[in-house]
Amino acid sequence: MTAHAAPSGRLIEVEGLTKHFTLHGDIYSRLAGEKAQTLKAVDGIDFHIHRGETLGLVGESGCGKSTTARLVTRLIEPTGGAVKLKGEDLLAFSAARLKRARKEIQLVFQDPYSSLNPRKTVMHILSRPMELHGLARSWAEKREKVLELLHRVGLNVEHIDRYPHEFSGGQRQRIAIARALSVDPELVIGDEPVSALDVSIQAQILNLFRDLQAQFGLTYLFIAHDLSVIRHISDRVAVMYVGKIVETGPAAAIFETPLHPYTKALLAAVPEADPTRPPPRLTLKGEVSTPIDPPPGCRLCGRCPRELPVCAEIAPPLADLGGGRQVACHNL
Amino acid sequence: MGEAVLELEDVTVRFRLRRGDLTAVNGVSFSIARGETFGLVGESGSGKSVTARAIMRLVPEPPGEIERGRILFEGIDVLGKSDAEMRALRGRRIAMVFQEPMSALNPVFTVHDQIADALRTNLGLSRQQARERVIELLSLVGIPSPHKRVDSYVHEFSGGMRQRVMLAMALSCNPGFLIADEPTTALDVTIQATILELITGMIDRLGMSLLFITHNLGVVAHSCDRIGVMYASHLVELGNKHEIFARPQHPYTIGLLNSIPRLDAQARYLTPIKGSVCNMMEPPTGCKFHPRCAQAMDVCRREVPKFREIAPGHMAACHLHGPG
Repeated sequence: MTAHAAPSGRLIEVEGLTKHFTLHGDIYSRLAGEKAQTLKAVDGIDFHIHRGETLGLVGESGCGKSTTARLVTRLIEPTGGAVKLKGEDLLAFSAARLKRARKEIQLVFQDPYSSLNPRKTVMHILSRPMELHGLARSWAEKREKVLELLHRVGLNVEHIDRYPHEFSGGQRQRIAIARALSVDPELVIGDEPVSALDVSIQAQILNLFRDLQAQFGLTYLFIAHDLSVIRHISDRVAVMYVGKIVETGPAAAIFETPLHPYTKALLAAVPEADPTRPPPRLTLKGEVSTPIDPPPGCRLCGRCPRELPVCAEIAPPLADLGGGRQVACHNL
Repeated sequence: MGEAVLELEDVTVRFRLRRGDLTAVNGVSFSIARGETFGLVGESGSGKSVTARAIMRLVPEPPGEIERGRILFEGIDVLGKSDAEMRALRGRRIAMVFQEPMSALNPVFTVHDQIADALRTNLGLSRQQARERVIELLSLVGIPSPHKRVDSYVHEFSGGMRQRVMLAMALSCNPGFLIADEPTTALDVTIQATILELITGMIDRLGMSLLFITHNLGVVAHSCDRIGVMYASHLVELGNKHEIFARPQHPYTIGLLNSIPRLDAQARYLTPIKGSVCNMMEPPTGCKFHPRCAQAMDVCRREVPKFREIAPGHMAACHLHGPG
């Protein structure tokens, strides 16, 4: 493993990224001639991540965060838009080039119980990606690299020949992180990597993510639904609501002066672990809007406390407010 | 504090498993006063849910067994009750809501049928009376157009609405005591806020007492008067919520509070508790927290610390606060 220099510039750029799923319905509705519906999981989002930076992607269930992660890694093909890795169009990559790109982008998943093969030892789990990318040849070389990885993530030599079931949830997540690091990636995407963990273990893993970033100059796309976690880990934040990014900007600015009504609502709903803080409350009406055949206009229509007539007609674009902040709201 | 509705004294629950014995709840004592909201906090496997189930006598026996202790509900020993007497208690006097409404509610009955069933069995209402009461309950918990939704099935509701249905069912027979076991854990934060507001509002309005079980310290900070912290089957700290958050005394509680990322300020590093929870099949001797405790002393390895009062109304089980 080599330590990267951290040149500035955009490592990844996403433009108009879109993923629509067509819902055909069951055979009865098709026979009845009902039209197929479209689920707009990700509906034209733009963002970029600088080298060495952490972008936190936050939103509630079903807002398209995980679909975004899968699109950026090209685990699923987008309906439209572009993903540029170091200026190159990831979506135009040949199979061979894509394989090389996969070495540069690695994923850490939420559930370390299902993301590790129960039949393989830690040695196998951590050395296999190196083999596939031709990063280590001899057994001795692989073992040495695996030991170093284990050390990096806070495990040690006694763990190398064990199976995943012999580890606790926190330790498994360490193995999953070590696996992501095994191919010396530049971008690590964490898809809710700490949500399955108890709070005392979650803090250990968050610190590990930070240490590794400092050591290797890693770039993170960190996906989470927990706003405190996002606040803690991110340099910049993008807030998603039903397939759209509604607000993005530096973490401190977003958390101190949220501008979009949805961001405000999310922050007001967090129960803070301090009884002297205001109690959590919901400042929006109703429940999360549906991504299935959404009406034109802003996705927050019908829930927003500051709705204007134009909101139902035209979807507000992300408008630049300076200072790296962008907000999609007609009220601004 | 008013008269105690619920008193637990030295409650110990053991499971006899093929792999060996596991003590899930170990000498837990606390009481909840009438009209009080009490939060029981702990991480996975700390024994908080088993404690709740012991109160309801819902610990499966075998393999479980309430080995010792007393559970008094309104002065009556719950552990001495027959199954029939317990059935009369559950629902009517103590009700419970669970984490997963999808698995706690029956998918093949309509919402009306499952709530009306409880009403007719427990309160002997007629078909018509039961239906009216179900609609009234659904509107009480904030389900829009309850007349229409009453005949829907559970899968036709969103997660938050399902939790409302479960709450309506729990409240259906006017119990004086509600046990809520992680009722908002599966929900998104905005939905969680509405459900918390609903639960605390109901408790307040109906003059009920609440035992709230959660792993989320943020949730108890806003929905409970007093807090008990559990670690590896023991109750390690108990007190008024302001006291616990401002002056935590047990190293585990302190560690837990230091592990939480904050919304208002960005600390570059958290100070987590080192290591991980002990294996409950082979727990360490003495204080179960000593292998992770930065302040562990010799005595911590030998003796289980007594749960004692260290300030008025503030209890902790830690040798650091021992005599001498």
